[in-house]
Amino acid sequence: MKEESGNYQPYSYFQLMEVSLRELLVEKGIVTDAQVAEEVEAMRKRTPAVGAGVVAKAWTDPGFKARLLADGTLGCIELGIEVAALKLVVVENTPDVHNVVVCTLCSCYPRMLLGIPPEWYKSRNYRSRTVREPREVLSEFGLQLNEQMKIRVHDSTADMRYLVLPMRPAETDGWSEERLASIVTRDCMIGVAVPKSH
Amino acid sequence: MGGLPAGKVEPTEHDYGEWERRVDALMVLLSGGKGGKRLMTVDELRKNIEALPPDAYDRMGYYDRWVTSITQIMIQRGVITTEELGLKMAEIENRGQSPISAKAS
Repeated sequence: MKEESGNYQPYSYFQLMEVSLRELLVEKGIVTDAQVAEEVEAMRKRTPAVGAGVVAKAWTDPGFKARLLADGTLGCIELGIEVAALKLVVVENTPDVHNVVVCTLCSCYPRMLLGIPPEWYKSRNYRSRTVREPREVLSEFGLQLNEQMKIRVHDSTADMRYLVLPMRPAETDGWSEERLASIVTRDCMIGVAVPKSH
Repeated sequence: MGGLPAGKVEPTEHDYGEWERRVDALMVLLSGGKGGKRLMTVDELRKNIEALPPDAYDRMGYYDRWVTSITQIMIQRGVITTEELGLKMAEIENRGQSPISAKAS
């Protein structure tokens, strides 16, 4: 079902609804096709690589890290990342505390840094259980934390989004910002994984 | 939902289709972002999603819920009418099997 293939295919009910709604809004002069296309393109550019760049910068520039932790929104603006009217809170993993992000209400997510959230982030199972048994949920992602490690769960809202600043792996001394960014995955910044240097 | 018992988290991924990205774009524009007219809020989006019957909620995909909610809001706010929507959907269906890449991408 590749939409770009040019193959003919029937609309699904909800696709039909999307086309109908959009055409009506265009006819009424509320949106234009160009605006929609432009936003879809902008969305394509918002990927976890943006967030990874922020993390790598924080790992290599202590002054920036301090500013980012003090005010995530201003930190992003400093790097030229558009954050709209959101409050971004950056939470730092330490040897004692591991952070993980969820949205129990719906699917709030730092999209400007990570793109559209993955399917599982929006799932009933993740949203229900992360606030109650985070250690078990993390182990299902293959992340086993020792019993001494505190886990802090952050429940996002429409106006407040969280980004996890993972711990920089010990064996990465002398790495360039670019190389550091390459090991910072989306899941590390949600808090269901930690970066690995190999 | 937070705190309720639920099953194992399956780390599922989903590659979003073009129409799903357009639904997202409509949400951004209709919320007043990117030069769009402010005709809805994120709270209305959620309210109308939460109003879905639980079995429908579970059966529908993420952007199925979004497009349903946004459409509802536009009707509630009088931006479009159910009649207009019905006519439009019938008209598009009558276009037949459409080359989505040409018509809707």
